[in-house]
Amino acid sequence: MNLLTVSGSPHVHTHQSVKSIMYGVVIALIPAIFVSLYFFGIDAARVIFISVAACLFFEWVIQKYLIKGPVTINDGSALVTGVLLAFNVPSNLPWWILVIGALVSIGIGKMSFGGLGKNPFNPALVGRVFLLISFPVQMTSWPLPKGLFGTGLTDAITGPTTLGVLKEGLSAGKTVQEIMASPDFPGYINDLMGAQGGSLGEISAIALLLGAVYMLSRKIITWHIPTAYIGSAVIFSGILWLVDPSHYIDPAMHLLAGGMILGVFYMATDMVSSPMTARGQIVFGIGAGLLTIMIRVWGAYPEGVSFAILIMNAFTPLINNAFKPKRFGEVVKNG
Amino acid sequence: MKTFKLGGVHPEENKISAGKAIEVLPLPAKVCIPVSQSLGAPSKVVVEKGAMVKTGQIIAKGESFISSNVHSSVAGKVTKIDDVIDTSGYKRQAVFIDVEGDEWEEGIDRSPEIIYDIVSDRDTIIRKINEMGVVGLGGATFPSHVKLMVPDGKKAEYLLINGVECEPYLTSDHRLMLERGEEMVIGVKILMKALGVGKAFIGIEKNKQDAIVHLNVICSKHPGVEVVPLKVKYPQGGEKQLIKAVLNREVPSGKLPIEVGCVVNNVGTALAVYEAVQKNKPLIDRVVTVTGKSVAKPSNLLVRIGTPVSALVEFAGGLPEDAGKVISGGPMMGKALTSMDVPVVKGTSGILIMQGAESKRAAALNCIRCGRCITACPMGLEPVLLAQLSENQLFERAEKERIMDCIECGSCHFTCPAGRPLLDYLRLGKNKTGILIRNRGKK
Repeated sequence: MNLLTVSGSPHVHTHQSVKSIMYGVVIALIPAIFVSLYFFGIDAARVIFISVAACLFFEWVIQKYLIKGPVTINDGSALVTGVLLAFNVPSNLPWWILVIGALVSIGIGKMSFGGLGKNPFNPALVGRVFLLISFPVQMTSWPLPKGLFGTGLTDAITGPTTLGVLKEGLSAGKTVQEIMASPDFPGYINDLMGAQGGSLGEISAIALLLGAVYMLSRKIITWHIPTAYIGSAVIFSGILWLVDPSHYIDPAMHLLAGGMILGVFYMATDMVSSPMTARGQIVFGIGAGLLTIMIRVWGAYPEGVSFAILIMNAFTPLINNAFKPKRFGEVVKNG
Repeated sequence: MKTFKLGGVHPEENKISAGKAIEVLPLPAKVCIPVSQSLGAPSKVVVEKGAMVKTGQIIAKGESFISSNVHSSVAGKVTKIDDVIDTSGYKRQAVFIDVEGDEWEEGIDRSPEIIYDIVSDRDTIIRKINEMGVVGLGGATFPSHVKLMVPDGKKAEYLLINGVECEPYLTSDHRLMLERGEEMVIGVKILMKALGVGKAFIGIEKNKQDAIVHLNVICSKHPGVEVVPLKVKYPQGGEKQLIKAVLNREVPSGKLPIEVGCVVNNVGTALAVYEAVQKNKPLIDRVVTVTGKSVAKPSNLLVRIGTPVSALVEFAGGLPEDAGKVISGGPMMGKALTSMDVPVVKGTSGILIMQGAESKRAAALNCIRCGRCITACPMGLEPVLLAQLSENQLFERAEKERIMDCIECGSCHFTCPAGRPLLDYLRLGKNKTGILIRNRGKK
């Protein structure tokens, strides 16, 4: 007879694993990958491939030869970082810059802290912000898709993002209405579907939302951070817009343009670098929403999602300490 | 549908044996009856080696306030009094008896007739429950008479009867409600009389719809007893969770249910109370589920206390080829057995045989700080933090983070995607923190 196993309870476990969570995120990103292929063509495939390959490679090298520990590149987390890093750069980015980005994401953003679970910041965002500061020209020359049903590649034409157009126009003294009336301005429908200049994964709000619904339904993410993030961004930008609609863009444009949807659902919700309690996650989301709009409206950069999330990442340990879950039996309520 | 709000998980129910009627397990050749089968002080053995005992005869006496009598579950000869490893894994003193016939102690009413009239007064009820060795059969085995003596200054308003059976696989309470419901409800009335309360609620999860319907019919004849259907959620059978689900009252941290006017008893306990008070029958047998995905004949068995687990497994078709783990209790809170010879005790609700593949834990990975353990904790604790504090032996802080509130339901470990053994650390931490608190009290 076989020997019986003896271990402490519980003896059954959930089917969800770190691996299933990570690959679930990758599945959720597939619609946005297709949209990027549709608008940016082979360039998008090139960027995603290089980024993913480089991230996996650096994780493998570091774990095998520097740390000399177990290699965990199968757990899907480096894959997620690779796709997200690719999603956060223009589709025409030179390959060697991408490789540097991957090294910073995995090497500094993740492995230097001890690997998965120990990193205080979202690794993909660490890589992106490093590249944005180090290679500002390459990181902000965005290939422009030719509208929703445009044909062919647009490799020659580059230009600013929707938010870039607005920021430039506003600083040149134009009103929001004048900028949005110009024929070059993408508009709401194009921003929703993805026909706008921008990082290759952030352009289509609708594809990203599709993946977000999938992640929510599979309980990979919860509603707390996205709802708080979007809620605070909409309320804050809405107040500014109501006060002066000629100088502040409306909340809908804030949501559709730039990396808001990508950041809200795929990077702010990164479980490693966000708070653990529901209350904490709501605080985190509110903070990120406010910071995003503040940077967009008053900052030097047209886009503020990456910075906002990284700043809130830094607050995560404090939030975890300050916002404890509601204890059972803490408040005596009868009846 | 009512349920508790905070935390909870939903493991696969796997109630394989739900449709199996209770069968009487044939008498074993030998029994081994541990003499401390309840929380509190061990009982004192009152028989000697070589003595002949009858079924129902007292063999160990509970001598302190929180302790309980133990009776012989069979007739036969006492062969030795020795230590045995019971389901808890600890060595305990036990009386070993070779079975000879089945002569019962006089005064025990073994007829199947149901006695409806409750003639005993409050004091008689409590005395009988004490004498007959009735303890909580939900698993904690707290002596039942103690629960009925409400401390001065406190008042019981409601009696809650736990028919939740939220542990996956187990069906003994379910079958008991279906087949012995009439007697069980009389047991509830007896408990109500002893407590002086006018209202009792029987909480049952809605995956036992037939039991809900059946008891509703019975309760219509018993004003004051009401069935409360509950949403299926683990650990609803925890008494604090049950009170929250049924009455929306929260037992304060570190306090007992009586603090919010409640006394909670299991359905099995209610039946044992009926038998003790109306039939003079000591607690010498109980319903035990024998189940598992590979078990040939999943069963619900009426088993004499002290029967070796191996006899139950044999009756259910023997130990399956692929057996990897044998658990006393359910898969969430049950204890893995170290031997098949351990005896069934008053707290044994089921024997679960797991397949080899599902018996082993997956390797623990790095915590990814997802917070799922916090979301799952029904006590609103942070298992991830408490496990860290325990690992680093920071028990003072663990106490402040309310580690002693942990009910060891295992929802945290169940839900952890990294497979971290959170409850192992929490148990260790609770133990050490408890020592710390007791030592502080001595100074």
